[in-house]
Amino acid sequence: MSDTLLTVENLTTAFEGGGRVLTAVNGVSFEIRKGETLGLVGESGSGKSVTAFSLIRLVQPPGRITSGRILFQGRDLLTLSEPEMRHVRGAGIGFVFQEPMAALNPVMRVGAHIAEALIVHGLASKSDARTRAIDLLRAVRITDPEKRVDDYPHQLSGGMRQRVMMAIAIACKPPLVIADEPTTALDVTVQAQILELLRDMKREFDLSLLLITHDLGVIAETADRVAVMYAARIVEQGPVREIFRNPRHPYTRGLLASIPDGAAGSRLKAIEGAVPDLAALPPGCSFAPRCSDRMDVCTTAFPDVTQTGDDHSVRCYLYPAPGSRIPVPGGVR
Amino acid sequence: MPLVEVRHLVKHFHRGGGFLRAKTIVKAVDDVSFSIEEGETFALVGESGSGKSTTGRCMLRLVEPTSGDVLFRGENVLGFSSARMRAARRDMQMVFQDPYSSLNPRMRAFTIVEEPLVIHRIGSKPERRDRVAELFRLVGLDPAHLDRYPHEFSGGQRQRIGLARALALNPSFIIADEPVSALDVSIQAQVINLLMDLQQQLKLTYLFVAHDLRLVRHISGRVAVMYLGKIVEMGATASIFENAQHAYTKALLSAVPVTDPDAPRTRIELDPALVNLAAPLRQIGAGHFAAV
Repeated sequence: MSDTLLTVENLTTAFEGGGRVLTAVNGVSFEIRKGETLGLVGESGSGKSVTAFSLIRLVQPPGRITSGRILFQGRDLLTLSEPEMRHVRGAGIGFVFQEPMAALNPVMRVGAHIAEALIVHGLASKSDARTRAIDLLRAVRITDPEKRVDDYPHQLSGGMRQRVMMAIAIACKPPLVIADEPTTALDVTVQAQILELLRDMKREFDLSLLLITHDLGVIAETADRVAVMYAARIVEQGPVREIFRNPRHPYTRGLLASIPDGAAGSRLKAIEGAVPDLAALPPGCSFAPRCSDRMDVCTTAFPDVTQTGDDHSVRCYLYPAPGSRIPVPGGVR
Repeated sequence: MPLVEVRHLVKHFHRGGGFLRAKTIVKAVDDVSFSIEEGETFALVGESGSGKSTTGRCMLRLVEPTSGDVLFRGENVLGFSSARMRAARRDMQMVFQDPYSSLNPRMRAFTIVEEPLVIHRIGSKPERRDRVAELFRLVGLDPAHLDRYPHEFSGGQRQRIGLARALALNPSFIIADEPVSALDVSIQAQVINLLMDLQQQLKLTYLFVAHDLRLVRHISGRVAVMYLGKIVEMGATASIFENAQHAYTKALLSAVPVTDPDAPRTRIELDPALVNLAAPLRQIGAGHFAAV
């Protein structure tokens, strides 16, 4: 499709060590269209951050992308040389991480961080980098940018640091920005400001956004489409309204049901059990041991992707692909 | 008589005072008063730096308050000797936020839960073993795992261990400081349900310190909203959520992401300059107070 910016096909990233292989991202496929925000939602250890690092090929050893294709602007990023890839990072794909304090160099001034990105990509000379940095700080709504440009990261609040991260991410005008839990470490009022900034930046700079979060509220407010990850796999994806109004996968339904809805004092609908250990996954569907709709077929093999509607797909035996064997209802336990 | 009454609690921290640098005073808790009835869940909400956690810690004297009173069953615990305070802590316990850092990684789960019983010289060794197994069952853990180490448990299970330890001495009052904020969404609900079940079963009174307003709305009967060391609004949960009066409460409530893509969003921004921190709490409705 011509309006597709990024296509990820069958991406698999594994960590090997001590004779064990741990597959953190397992056959993940999705696409991001021009101008849209894709929300990637999942719990800790679901593989959503490893997916993000895989896209920019910054998975730390012993982690390794073992298969798949990442098509971005007509090229497969997995076939690029490291210098070519360095150009993609920043100029093609910008990123914002959860902990801005860990991502920023504590002995470099704010302006120097932004200038570095511009100079490395040949978008500014040393003499005009400072002016450009001030412009970018203004673009991310930092008040007094002429002064702030000379601050060190520790002199800024958490919300301000995240704005600086955003300024660095958009410095080279990349068409895609990956934001990995950009508001998780922030207070709720600051989170609201940063989410608003992301929405504004997307519009002003004509960005597509991959927003990674565990918070379904953040997804509901920001994303156009959603992909739900569980134990290294995307188990459901579709338009945000469709996912919230008409969730198909029992895990998605469980997640949505477990959110307190304001009915004071009632019991919450928890998903029983715990997220499985990626090194000791159950046979078949990884969610089967916690699933209230579990059937015999669920422990045989991981279900294939089924299209359940326009742009809505799910990996669950409750929704068999047309023509495939339909599970016996008597198998429901 | 309320079970717990906090009157004019103040905690100042002194900061700095280094070379060529003047000392500054941080008013972490600045004249805070509230009371909690027996069997009730009272929530302190606010953002980082609001003083909500420090208030909780001062009440158990894990941090010594600068001034004020903390009455527990009518007695001022701030006047207690350290021996008397130790005894009082049998009845007032704390559950901490991070089940990863609050449990000693070198101690087996059994020893962690048994420790308060040993400190208070309760029971013989076999009796303590039975009691710990009973506590394990109470919080939904398998007593077969008594001899495991914390890292062998998941986050949710670790928080259950922390809860079992807090319950070991049969307390009537528990301060839960962000007890589920380090847990995954699907696990949070399990722990919240457990806290509510235990409250019924053991007639517990909770002070719930939290920043997640969705959760607070769900479990607490009354709420106090803290901002820069002060309570700016306090009242029944429903009346705070449906009829917030203070500018900060309104901004805080409007910032909570709504899990409905079609919900109308009206963000209310707080202008800190417009908040008069000197304004006293005044009654604006039945049991509803606001510093406006």
